[in-house]
Amino acid sequence: MTCDEVRGKLTPYVDSELPAGEMTELESHLRGCAACAAEALGLLQTKLATRAAGMRYAPSSEFRMRMEQMMQAKRKPAWWRIRFPRLATAAVAAVLLIGSIALWVNHSGRERELAEIADLHVTALASSNPVDVVSTDNHTVKPWFAGKLPFSFNLPELQNSGFTLDGGRVAYFERNAGAQLLFKLRKHQLSVFIFKNESGGFPSYPGTVTATRLEFHIETWSEAGLRYYIVSDAPASDVHALGELLRKAARS
Amino acid sequence: MPLFARLYNFAHWLTQDRSEAEDLVQETCMKALKGFDSFHQGTNFRAWIYKILRNTFLTSRTGLKAAPVSLDSDEDAVVEPIAPGTPESILISSLDQQMIQKALAALPVQYREVILLCDVEEMSYQEIAETLAIPIGTVMSRLSRGRKAMRELLNDASIRSASRSIDK
Repeated sequence: MTCDEVRGKLTPYVDSELPAGEMTELESHLRGCAACAAEALGLLQTKLATRAAGMRYAPSSEFRMRMEQMMQAKRKPAWWRIRFPRLATAAVAAVLLIGSIALWVNHSGRERELAEIADLHVTALASSNPVDVVSTDNHTVKPWFAGKLPFSFNLPELQNSGFTLDGGRVAYFERNAGAQLLFKLRKHQLSVFIFKNESGGFPSYPGTVTATRLEFHIETWSEAGLRYYIVSDAPASDVHALGELLRKAARS
Repeated sequence: MPLFARLYNFAHWLTQDRSEAEDLVQETCMKALKGFDSFHQGTNFRAWIYKILRNTFLTSRTGLKAAPVSLDSDEDAVVEPIAPGTPESILISSLDQQMIQKALAALPVQYREVILLCDVEEMSYQEIAETLAIPIGTVMSRLSRGRKAMRELLNDASIRSASRSIDK
């Protein structure tokens, strides 16, 4: 590939949209061409910086309430539900799909918070780049967060535990930046989220709370000024086991 | 519920105004409820609802003002790298979020929306093409041009910020 050809393909390359064959060819060019490699790095950094800065606006609680009322009104019986059952089914399905909004607003602060955290886990897993720092090494992952977050944290020792660390990324919840760490256990993936407890947006409750949202098991607790969440489709006992390792690490 | 908060974020980026963003999300939800029959099971729900939001935006006052720019005249042309030789990676990594947000807000809507869908919503090119009703080639060319414009804005901002520090 020539430099011109490579530059024409750098956008799909950083977006992981290039076919595997071209990807290999392009990467081989990048290894030998400093100018194209610098261009690819610049593009990738812009993409990652945009991803982090792009979740900027959150709906106000008043607006959420207004949407809830709107959805509730839509649920009331109407003449067309009787005359057009297919339409009624569709509308109900729509309410269920879009309008977990209503469900979301109905729940307590804690329920809403846990649903959001489960969503963050699903969004990361659905991403083509679920982690920004790819490493199984605590000594690589932990320093990567330095300067990106207003706090630091300890990573657990995983020897003989069955868990492996896949990497991490910066996550945002209620406009607070925190760490998202991805662990693996057998075929299950587990997200650990760590936020500063004083940042606001986190309902305060004591002890360890376990819940199930969207078929995911969640465990959350506070330790040394930090709020921890674990989300996974792994059995609750495995989620708890990772929680124990994290709590031990936090106290060490 | 991820879509509500994410739809709102996208709407606010498009309109650049809280009240307009709320109206846009509300109208989108109303239209989605009314038009759910037009959604085909098994197709992409996320692309469908973003498409409703984006089309609703295009017919709004702000959207009509933003729409008429043609950006795709030479979409196959290679986008030249910016300022060859600039240690851009160092510059970008030193930028704060506010600068990136300012640069994103300064982009024409057609670039901003495609970058948001790709980088923030993490949609595939196929999903973006469905959402914006444009060919995949156009998605790619808008991304290339949008990112180039954004990097130029960020480089300018970074240089201005560095020279301010030197002047102090």
